[in-house]
Amino acid sequence: MDALILTIIATSIPLLLAAIGELISEKSGVLNLGVEGMMLSGAVGALGAVLWLGNPYFGILAGGLSGIFMASIFSIFTINFMTNQVATGLGLTIFATGLTGLAGAPLVGKTIPSLPKIEIFLLSDIPMIGNILFKQDLIAYLSIAIIIFATYFLKYTKPGIVLRAVGDDHHSAHSIGYSVKKIRWFATCFGGMCAGIGGAYIPLVLTPHWSEGMTAGRGWIALALVVFASWIPWRIIVGALIFGGITIAQLVGQARGWPIPSQILSMMPYLATIIALTMISGRMSKNKSIVPASLGKPFVDSQ
Amino acid sequence: MIKFCMRIFSLFALSASVFMLLVSSSFASGHGGTTKVGFVYLTTPGDHGWTYAHELGKQMVEKRFGKDVKISVVENVPEGPDATRVIRELAKQGNEIIFTTSFGYMEPTLKVAKEFPNIKFEHITGYKRSKNLATGNIRFYEGRYIQGVVAGLMTKTNKIGYIGAYPIAEVIMGINAFAQGLRSVNKDATISVIWANTWYDPVKEADAAKVHIAEGADILAQHTDSPAMLQIAEKKGALGFGQSTDMSAFAPKAQLFASVNNWGPYYIKKIEQLRNKKWSTGDGPDHWAGNVWGGLDADMLTISKFQNMPGDVAKKAQKAVNDVKTGKVNIFAGPLVDNTGKEIIPAGKTLDDGALWGMNYYLKGVNGKIPG
Repeated sequence: MDALILTIIATSIPLLLAAIGELISEKSGVLNLGVEGMMLSGAVGALGAVLWLGNPYFGILAGGLSGIFMASIFSIFTINFMTNQVATGLGLTIFATGLTGLAGAPLVGKTIPSLPKIEIFLLSDIPMIGNILFKQDLIAYLSIAIIIFATYFLKYTKPGIVLRAVGDDHHSAHSIGYSVKKIRWFATCFGGMCAGIGGAYIPLVLTPHWSEGMTAGRGWIALALVVFASWIPWRIIVGALIFGGITIAQLVGQARGWPIPSQILSMMPYLATIIALTMISGRMSKNKSIVPASLGKPFVDSQ
Repeated sequence: MIKFCMRIFSLFALSASVFMLLVSSSFASGHGGTTKVGFVYLTTPGDHGWTYAHELGKQMVEKRFGKDVKISVVENVPEGPDATRVIRELAKQGNEIIFTTSFGYMEPTLKVAKEFPNIKFEHITGYKRSKNLATGNIRFYEGRYIQGVVAGLMTKTNKIGYIGAYPIAEVIMGINAFAQGLRSVNKDATISVIWANTWYDPVKEADAAKVHIAEGADILAQHTDSPAMLQIAEKKGALGFGQSTDMSAFAPKAQLFASVNNWGPYYIKKIEQLRNKKWSTGDGPDHWAGNVWGGLDADMLTISKFQNMPGDVAKKAQKAVNDVKTGKVNIFAGPLVDNTGKEIIPAGKTLDDGALWGMNYYLKGVNGKIPG
């Protein structure tokens, strides 16, 4: 049982990280559909750095930086040149898929040491829970820390409130003197960093090799998770665990021979996402305020 | 504003296509009497599996013919209408023989073959043919029989975890061949199958491997494309088999051996026939798999080094290889009973190739039911 719960957690972490990053970015009004691309670049960056420098911790750093690099490209276009965010985001993913394929070509067939598990003193000795919660790797702890930070930041700090204001009404925020562009740059790059580290988790922990397109669509799931969580950070943990749980449950069901067709089981996580999206959009019509009002709208400051 | 968007977008598109050209075209310098050869790949050799095996085949062609061939490769060609365009383009460029290396290129290849009757087409793993369209395939299941033999001798828990891509005949045939090998040496061991419903998703393949191990399996086999399963086996102290190419670099302590797809000899043979004006669609039996369906004896399927097993197991495995090669062992010889106890064929009979491509049942030794 322990092993299965650990598998669920491990499979959820890339989703969780990418989703919380996207949440912050969307809260500032930037819809970045390039999550999949940023995750891929994080993965290839992390693997390259570990091969080059030998220490898996450099992989986290490199993953984050690669994500920030991709997010900067996105920011230049959408924030400075005011291009359409949806089109640019899709373009970013297509571009990153190609670029990581090229950059990753020399890395094919190489394998790296995994990120070590860190046991937290005393806590890791608690039966069951200790094994599951307190013998994780650094990225797992980091992802929880980021969720806590994001909750606190958005709710209780002034910069967080300003960020939300920019996402809700960029003209008002601008007119009282906040730099919409700077704040969106920051939020998008933060999103890129999280997506990059989320992507880095795949070669650093899950399958320590590089192969093209290895994120296999997890960036899109992360985007759905943000809506699923209705832009509330802690709900991303719930959403990611539900998604991971269903994914693993369908594999277990097959291994144990539950009499349900595997295609239906494979469909479950996506079905759950669609149901959640429907429920949320139903609620959304009653309470529009959960969606950042300026989401996806380019800010033109000459107006 | 919109104009600007479009400009940016076309910039992306342009850079993407320049990029494709850079990556995908490898040109050997042309001379008089050179044969122009085209290849269409589903992904890039970076998958380290299916397409990589074709890439190795292409490299053998380059090595064998040197400047006598001029090869063009197009990578990352989606199955469907795009494939038709790519194949037609290769035909227009004057390639004399075009290899399309994935099942889904069947209809596109057939279509273009009709438009260019003077060009030879070779479709890999398909079953539709015409005067200038031949098909080639490998008896992958023979390697899986050997895997079954090794698994049966090596397992301690008698539980084998198998990861399948899709429940289609080719994969089911492999599972059943594995079961035959397994039960030839160990009647107590059973196989449980997890369908990934994808050919390629390293994280999902890794998850499936973890679940198999958590459920008690100590030997893993896969019919999906990435090395993820073996890496999990390596980490968790289980054993397994490589797919399409030798994956021991990913799992030096876990890979028992890999069934390696060896397309080179087939490509060389067909190009040679073309150069000698003797190319034909072959006169092999017109069964589902194609005109050429070669296995261990044709050297189209090879077995990588036996590793991580005691000497006597390796010896028995080698014997199994030889027996399959010489035909001493027929993998699907009767009596065959499916896993519900129903008789498929009685003793003394064997399944013919057509019956292999119609398999929709698990043989004895496999748990559960085929979904759908």
